[in-house]
Amino acid sequence: MSRQRDDYENSWWKKFKGWVDGEVDLLAEGMEIRVPKTQEEGEWDGKPKALMSADKMGKMTDSQKRRGIRWFRRFYQVMSVFLCLSIIFVLLWTVAYLPAFGNAGNPDNNEVSARYIEKGLQETGAINIVTGMILDYRAFDTFGESCVLFIASCCVLVLLRIDEGKAGEKARKRLAESDDRLFEPKNDVILQKCACILVPLILVFGIYIVLNGHLSPGGGFSGGAVLGSGLIFYLNAFGFRKTERFFTEKVYRRITLCALTFYCLAKSYSFFTGANHLESKIPLGTPGAIVSSGLILPLNICVGLVVACTMYAFYALFRKGGM
Amino acid sequence: MSLVQNFPFFSIIIAMFSGIFSSVLDGKKARNLSLLVIVLTTGMSLAVLHFCVRTGQSYTYMMGHFPAPWGNEIRAGVLEGLTAVLFGLVMFFSVTGGMDHTAADVETSKQNLFYIMIDLMLSSLLALIYTNDLFTAYVFVEINTIAGCGLIMIRQIGRSLSSAIRYMIMSQLGSGLFLIGLSLLYDVTGHLLMSPAKDAVAGIEAAGLYEVPMLVIMAVVSVGLAIKSGLYPFHYWIPDTYGYATPTASAVLSGLVSKGYIFLLIKIFYRVLGRENVIASEIVNVLFVFGLAGMLMGSVHAILERDTRRMIAYSSVAQIGYIYMGIGLGTQAGMVAAIFHMFTHSATKALLFISAVGLYEVSKDQKDFRSLQGSGYRNPLAGIGFTVGALSMVGFPMLSGFISKLLFATSALQSPHKMLPTVIALAISTILNAVYFLRLVITLYTIPEESSENKREEPANEEEIPKRRPVLSPGTWKLHLAIVSFILLNLTLGLYSQPVVAWIGSGLAMFD
Repeated sequence: MSRQRDDYENSWWKKFKGWVDGEVDLLAEGMEIRVPKTQEEGEWDGKPKALMSADKMGKMTDSQKRRGIRWFRRFYQVMSVFLCLSIIFVLLWTVAYLPAFGNAGNPDNNEVSARYIEKGLQETGAINIVTGMILDYRAFDTFGESCVLFIASCCVLVLLRIDEGKAGEKARKRLAESDDRLFEPKNDVILQKCACILVPLILVFGIYIVLNGHLSPGGGFSGGAVLGSGLIFYLNAFGFRKTERFFTEKVYRRITLCALTFYCLAKSYSFFTGANHLESKIPLGTPGAIVSSGLILPLNICVGLVVACTMYAFYALFRKGGM
Repeated sequence: MSLVQNFPFFSIIIAMFSGIFSSVLDGKKARNLSLLVIVLTTGMSLAVLHFCVRTGQSYTYMMGHFPAPWGNEIRAGVLEGLTAVLFGLVMFFSVTGGMDHTAADVETSKQNLFYIMIDLMLSSLLALIYTNDLFTAYVFVEINTIAGCGLIMIRQIGRSLSSAIRYMIMSQLGSGLFLIGLSLLYDVTGHLLMSPAKDAVAGIEAAGLYEVPMLVIMAVVSVGLAIKSGLYPFHYWIPDTYGYATPTASAVLSGLVSKGYIFLLIKIFYRVLGRENVIASEIVNVLFVFGLAGMLMGSVHAILERDTRRMIAYSSVAQIGYIYMGIGLGTQAGMVAAIFHMFTHSATKALLFISAVGLYEVSKDQKDFRSLQGSGYRNPLAGIGFTVGALSMVGFPMLSGFISKLLFATSALQSPHKMLPTVIALAISTILNAVYFLRLVITLYTIPEESSENKREEPANEEEIPKRRPVLSPGTWKLHLAIVSFILLNLTLGLYSQPVVAWIGSGLAMFD
């Protein structure tokens, strides 16, 4: 009887059953391949990784283990450099086989760019062909791009916004830590005088770039960036309290919502009429006038507003976790 | 043009608009809007599918007033409609099933941001499915990546933040390679829309020009999208990402996001690069080898894992390997099997993640799978759901996993050189799947013994518990609805597979 019992204790079935029940740890039996994994598995507890793994691996002596890690790191570095170099080599090698730059017979000088250049003004009403391309020929892509900006700012909000309404000790502590308004220079005369002169100029220049997007180089994205930097400059010179008089989170949300909604509705109209071969009721105007080229001007304003707000929001969120 | 043909455009725009509009709503309204939009888009996709099956052909839809090589375009066919319907269903039930957990895990004032991510994720998935333009695909790949990142990190605990960073780095690497591929392709063809680009590629191949760039384009596009969908050697972001996000996010990310990229890759293979060229370039053989490696190594990792959620995540690695193996076979039948497995996996993996949540709630939410002992009795429906999901992954008859394995095996018979490795890997991988999934199922239905070991571990666990939120009630109707619907979806795919397979076949025929 006892003999059978011993057999059972040593049998594969018993081991298998133990493993199924989770009593046998496969890692315990010297599966050394998985050693790096144990570092990652532990719940994050603030200890440096090397320390943690030193706690866990009693079996190996310290010097052995350190040598192992050092070898692994060396190998890792060499391999990553090698991989990067080989990818660079392959891509350069490919470039050598591509058509020569600026050659008239290149595949990309085809009917597509010919029509953009020849008929762009007539079909979109925009003197700036690039704006005509991104906001009329390929407007769906540009709508996607402005949604990329929108969702990126949402992600930053997720990461950095601290909720003041939440009464938790932790939230208040984080709020106090991240609030650097105490350290900002108060009433710095040089900065404020410079800002008084420069901010209006920057803002006017930004508005000019946005409004003339269809007439001259520029457009919503670049003009919005200029506007955003003007706002950030003003914020730095006069502090949050003065900025909050006209730009709070509520204002930010409303502007973004209105701009993107207008973009969405206007372009939906144009997509829908285009696809169903209906006549679009939007006049193109005389090329060269400020109010011309159909939807491009309002769309440029929308994109400019979204870009400016997003830039300002990023800055404010990184500064104090709120707007 | 009939009204139905506008539906692909409507569904993309509605999803995007609801995301934008949710920024001024509070969490609950944003959630309801999101659910409404998912239902609407799924209904529209169903109508599109019906329309395409009835007329028997695909159609393109001009986005604006300019025709194909100049303006943007989207395209709908049987396969697009079918994929959109299934993705919509999986999305809806993942959101419903994980709704209470989303409410508990995410800070109240950030709830609407979570649903913004869900809406934009839906819109980008739909756009990836319907697009007929390479650059539109890239823009929506970006939206998809950022939304995925946001979904992971919105549960602000240390591990989910670090896994979001890992996801972002790997995903950006994939996007970067994809973009390099697109720019090279534009340089040699001069087109961004798929149909003219395909003609240009055919002209290049016929003239024997640009051999090296074409090879590099195929390699870079395939590798970029393979990294983003988590093919074996690039899978290291998967376990953390799926293991530590909120349940809805895990289900959406594992069930849909990686599939969206695979669908895009198949579309590019068929509609831009040309299937014959891809097969001739032997890129498919590389995908085949890594797919096989993923099938085996994913399962081995899952066997060694002790945390249930990470175990399910590693099983995803194996299943993605199956899909790439099917693509790598290089035959029409292999592609059909791969797409069918894509559907199987998104239905099943979402079921596993959602029902695992129900089991965790009755087991103190610990990491170790042993804590789940007996939870199948404490939450019967979640136990049944998990068992069905596990059996489907193993390939139990009547469930969808069986059909996809059958399709893989039969398609392997048609390609003589790859038959043996495919069948052998399929057999080994099935056994490995059975090993860890059945271990989990047995654990669920084992009554725990009050041994001294368990007692000793209690204090260590007590320290962790205060950090977590209070335990939710296990049996809300939303979770039940989600589990039951996922089981039904699985059974439908398993029992009525013939029409689905026929639709996939005709959809692929429309791609050419």
